[in-house]
Amino acid sequence: MTDKKEWPLWEVFIRSQHGLAHRHVGSLHAPDAEMAIMNARDVYTRRNEGVSIWVVRASDIAASSPSEKGPLFDPANSKVYRHPTFYEIPEELGHM
Amino acid sequence: MYAQMVKTGVDHIQSKEEMSPEERAFQDRVDQDIKIEPKEWMPEAYRKTLIRQISQHAHSEIIGMQPEGNWITRAPTLERKAILLAKVQDEAGHGLYLYCAAETLGVSRDELMEQLNSGKAKYSSIFNYPTLTWADIGAIGWLVDGAAIMNQVPLQRCSYGPYSRAMIRICKEESFHQRQGYDAMTKLARGTPEQKQMAQDALNRWWWPSLMMFGPSDAESVHSAQSMRWKIKINSNDELRQKFVDQTVPQAEYLGLTVPDPDLKWNAERGHYDFGEVNWDEFYQVIAGNGPCNRDRLRTRVKAYEEGRWVRDAADAYAAKKAGRAKAKAA
Repeated sequence: MTDKKEWPLWEVFIRSQHGLAHRHVGSLHAPDAEMAIMNARDVYTRRNEGVSIWVVRASDIAASSPSEKGPLFDPANSKVYRHPTFYEIPEELGHM
Repeated sequence: MYAQMVKTGVDHIQSKEEMSPEERAFQDRVDQDIKIEPKEWMPEAYRKTLIRQISQHAHSEIIGMQPEGNWITRAPTLERKAILLAKVQDEAGHGLYLYCAAETLGVSRDELMEQLNSGKAKYSSIFNYPTLTWADIGAIGWLVDGAAIMNQVPLQRCSYGPYSRAMIRICKEESFHQRQGYDAMTKLARGTPEQKQMAQDALNRWWWPSLMMFGPSDAESVHSAQSMRWKIKINSNDELRQKFVDQTVPQAEYLGLTVPDPDLKWNAERGHYDFGEVNWDEFYQVIAGNGPCNRDRLRTRVKAYEEGRWVRDAADAYAAKKAGRAKAKAA
């Protein structure tokens, strides 16, 4: 019943109609990149969800580790001055 | 539901004091509605229960193509045929979203396929009933997909990220399934007396199995309590069943059809319909493999898998040939 080897897993990224960036939508198995794109069309764009598809082998993605979330992202916490709301602009100036 | 009576492997609900520091931190995150993502620490029982639940759900989508696939070549019009094809294709897609979600928990696709094809894995009891007439296709969309939506909408908020995201995609598409079913029923209910009778007959046969989809009362079940604590189950079975009855009865009345339950009555005090007892013996028979179509469903599934083997082999051979060429060119 089992096939000799499992097809690699591909992560699928779709760009929707509106000029946005490609966005991760899910994954699928396929023997090669070409088939992965064809399968992605059937699995993830049955309702005009996209104008462009990227597929990447899941094994080629390097990811940050969940356990290092603290040290990795903490440094941004203390830098509120990076947000525009940190600054008070006199009301009479209107929108800035 | 599409996953029925999922065991958690626990015999009681742990208090926070009984938990290890890791377990406590995990439960705190769940309590705060922070999503759990694939590589984060999670209790083994949570992981295993989710694999069981998600894969059962996926298998249900895959087997669920069969009762409807039965009518694709005999749909009454070309439009109905195109709609049914699209719906069955969606079911395949839903199965694939869910298999991918299950795989993030460390089970392989081959293992999942093997569990389904060997008959080891369970799928929803509802798909072991036959589709005898065209009206059954309407009834399935209206009732079966309607019941599924009851359960899937709250699951969009479940604690496991990949499962929740799969549910969001599925729910977006599921509403089409229910509406096309009700639309098909409406046509029949407003048709000739024979057509209306066909619609009534389909409702008669699908009503009780649809109520069974929610599973037996789980008010006393430790597994359900644990799953709810983990937020991979949001409502009790009875709660969802009641909601389904309350929503569906007026829809049946609108069609001029009669729900086949003599005990069905509006209870103004409760603000809900009272309804009769489901035949749970039948339910247990069906999930034990003795429903009208269990053997046929599995046989068809294995046959499709075996007969598709040459396609998979060809795709493999083509990929290998292309990879070989690319290598030769690079050398």
